[in-house]
Amino acid sequence: MTNTDIRPAFTSTVEARINARRAAGGGALIGYLPLGFPTLTESIDTAVAIANNGVDILELGLPYSDPVMDGPVIQAATVQALANGFRLKHGFEAVAAITAQVDTPVLVMTYWNPVLQYGVDRFADDLAAAGGAGLITPDLIPDDAQSWLDASERAGLDRVFLAAPSSSDERLVQAVTQSRGFVYAVSTMGITGARSDVDSAARVLVTRLRAAGSTSACVGLGISTPAQVREVLEYADGAIVGSALVKALADGGVAAVARLAAELASGARDIRAAV
Amino acid sequence: MSIEPDSLRAQVGPYFGDFGGRFVPESLVAALDELSAEYELAKVDPAFAAELTELHRSYTGRPSLITEVPRFAAHGGGARIILKREDLNHTGSHKINNVLGQVLLTKRIGKKRVIAETGAGQHGVATATAAALFGLDCVIYMGEVDTERQALNVARMRLLGAEVVSVTTGSRTLKDAINDAMRDWVTNVETTNYVFGTVAGPHPFPAMVRDFQKIIGEEARQQVLDLTGRLPDAVTACVGGGSNAMGIFHAFLDDPGVGLYGFEAGGEGIEGLRHAATLTKGRPGVLHGARSMMLQDEDGQTVESHSISAGLDYPGVGPEHAWLASIGRATYLPVTDAEAMDALRLLSRTEGIIPAIESAHALAGTLELGKRLGPDSIILVNLSGRGDKDMETAGRYFDLLDAGAQQL
Repeated sequence: MTNTDIRPAFTSTVEARINARRAAGGGALIGYLPLGFPTLTESIDTAVAIANNGVDILELGLPYSDPVMDGPVIQAATVQALANGFRLKHGFEAVAAITAQVDTPVLVMTYWNPVLQYGVDRFADDLAAAGGAGLITPDLIPDDAQSWLDASERAGLDRVFLAAPSSSDERLVQAVTQSRGFVYAVSTMGITGARSDVDSAARVLVTRLRAAGSTSACVGLGISTPAQVREVLEYADGAIVGSALVKALADGGVAAVARLAAELASGARDIRAAV
Repeated sequence: MSIEPDSLRAQVGPYFGDFGGRFVPESLVAALDELSAEYELAKVDPAFAAELTELHRSYTGRPSLITEVPRFAAHGGGARIILKREDLNHTGSHKINNVLGQVLLTKRIGKKRVIAETGAGQHGVATATAAALFGLDCVIYMGEVDTERQALNVARMRLLGAEVVSVTTGSRTLKDAINDAMRDWVTNVETTNYVFGTVAGPHPFPAMVRDFQKIIGEEARQQVLDLTGRLPDAVTACVGGGSNAMGIFHAFLDDPGVGLYGFEAGGEGIEGLRHAATLTKGRPGVLHGARSMMLQDEDGQTVESHSISAGLDYPGVGPEHAWLASIGRATYLPVTDAEAMDALRLLSRTEGIIPAIESAHALAGTLELGKRLGPDSIILVNLSGRGDKDMETAGRYFDLLDAGAQQL
C-alpha cells in the first residue's frame, strides 16, 4: 500500500456538502436507491424526490447479477431491474436526468465487473459527462484498484472505499488516504438491511477512522430510522440509508419514499451548535 | 523437492499473470489475511503436514490407485489410457483432499464453524464429513436447482449433521450458492471459516486449494513412471472451477513434453448459450473475488451456465487455469452433455467403473485426444469422482428405470 497523498487541488462536491452540513450543526444524509427499480423512469423520479426532501447526497446503485454485499430487500429490487432490461447505458442516462433536475451530488454504487467490462476510463469519462460525482465500490479494495485510482484522478471523480470494523489500522489509513468524498464506514459485519440497533462497532470504527486522519466518515448498513440517523451523526459525518428507502419505494411508491426521506432528514439536523 | 523461481509450479498468488487478486468487500480482507498467514505457517510446519498425511492414509485412502483401462481405450484410437482413481477416495471424489487441509487449518485458527458452497454436492458432502470428524458446526449453501437434481447428496449432508441451505436467489445454482456463502462469511467471519471448494475465489484460495489438491498429480506422476517407465504424453481432467484439473496438472507443469488438457462443459453445444465453457467462450472479468475468465454479457452481468453435470455448471473458472490458457501451457476444450453421457456409459460397460458425470467429460475428451495422439501414446486421466450421486440423472437419461418404479 502507499501512503502518498494523491488528493488533488479540486474540491469534491460530496465533501463540500458534508462539510457544509457539519458547519450547520448537523450531518449529511446519504440516500441509496437502485437505478431501474421499479422502472428506470420511476427510479429517476424517486431520486429527485428524495433529493428535494432533505437527502444531501444520492447513492445510486447499478443493478448487478452477483451482489455479494446486498441483503434481500436490495437484491429483490435489483433482480427486478435487471429482469426489466436494465443496461449500463441506462445508468448514465439516469444520472444525467437526475443531475439536470437537482444539484445534489450523485455517487454511483457499483460492483467492479460492470466497470471493468465497460472500460474503466470510458466509464469514468461517461460518468463525469453525465454529471456524476464518483463511485462507491463495495468489492474493490484500494490494493487492486490502480486503474480506478488513475482514472478517477484524471476525470476528477470521487472514489469511496469501504472501511470495516475488522480492518487493521494500516488498512484504515489506506482507506482514508485513497478515498475522496468520504470513507464508507461499514457499521457492522454483514450485508445491507435494516437492523433494530446500529452496532456499537460503528462508533469505534469512526473513532479509529478519525485517528487515521478522516474528516468525512459516513456510516452505512442497518440505518433505517430518524433516531438512528441522529444517533450516528453524533459521532459521524454522514449517515447512509438504503434498504429502508427501497422498502418504502416498493411498498408505497414515490410519495412514501419522499416522506421517509423528509423524516430521516429531520434526524440529521440541529444535532449540535452550528459553527 | 525444491522449486526453481522460474518454474511454472512456483506461482503462489495473489496473481497468476493478469489473473487472480482480491475483489472482495473490505470486511473480508482481515479474514483472508488471517487465512493466508496461517496457511503460510502451516505450510512450513512439519506437524501440520504429518497430520494431513496421516489423515489421508487412514481416512481418505491415499494414495489412490491408478488403473489402466484397455477395453475403454480401444475406443480412443488405441492410446494407453490410465485413470487416476480419485473416485475411490472416502466421500467419492477428490474434494476431500482440499477439505481435510482446510479443516485442519480451521482448527489451527481456532474457529468452530465452517461454511461451504456446493454444486453437485461433492464438496458439501466432503465438508460435512470433515466437520463431523472434527466436531465443527457446518452450514452448506446449495442452489435450489442443485438440491433438486442432487437430492441424495442433500440427504447425505444432513445425515452427517450439516445444515443445508437451499439458495433461491439468482440462477439458484453454484454461483448463487457462493454469493450466499460469502454473505454468511461477511456476517460471521469472527467465528466462521469458509472452506472454499475450488481453485477460484479471492487469494489465498486459488493457490491454497491447488496446494491441497496437487497430491493427485504428485502421486500419479510417480505411479505412471513406475507402471510405464516414462511420463504420459497427455494429462486430462474436467474443468468446472478447476480444482481436480489443477490438482493433477500441477506436478506436470514443468514437464514440457506432457500436454495438459482441460475439458469444460459444452452443455447442449457452444454455438448457443446453454453451456459452461468458460475458457472457450468467456472473457476476462471479475467474479467471486478474482479476475479470471467468465461467461458474461456486454455489461459484465454474469450469464447463467448450463451443464448436465452440476459440478461443472459454473460460469467462472480458477485464475491459474486462465493463466495457463493464456500462456498456452494448457489447452481447454468443450465436451457436450451427450458426449459425456456416452463416455459415462462406455466406461461403465467396458471397465465396470461408473464415473461421475463431471469426470465423464474428461473421459469423452480423452477418447478424442487418443485418436489424435495414436496407439503409442499414454494418457493419464483424472477420474475425479464416482457416479453414485448421478444415478437418477443417468437413469432418466438412458431410460434405465422401470415404469412406475419409485426411484429416490
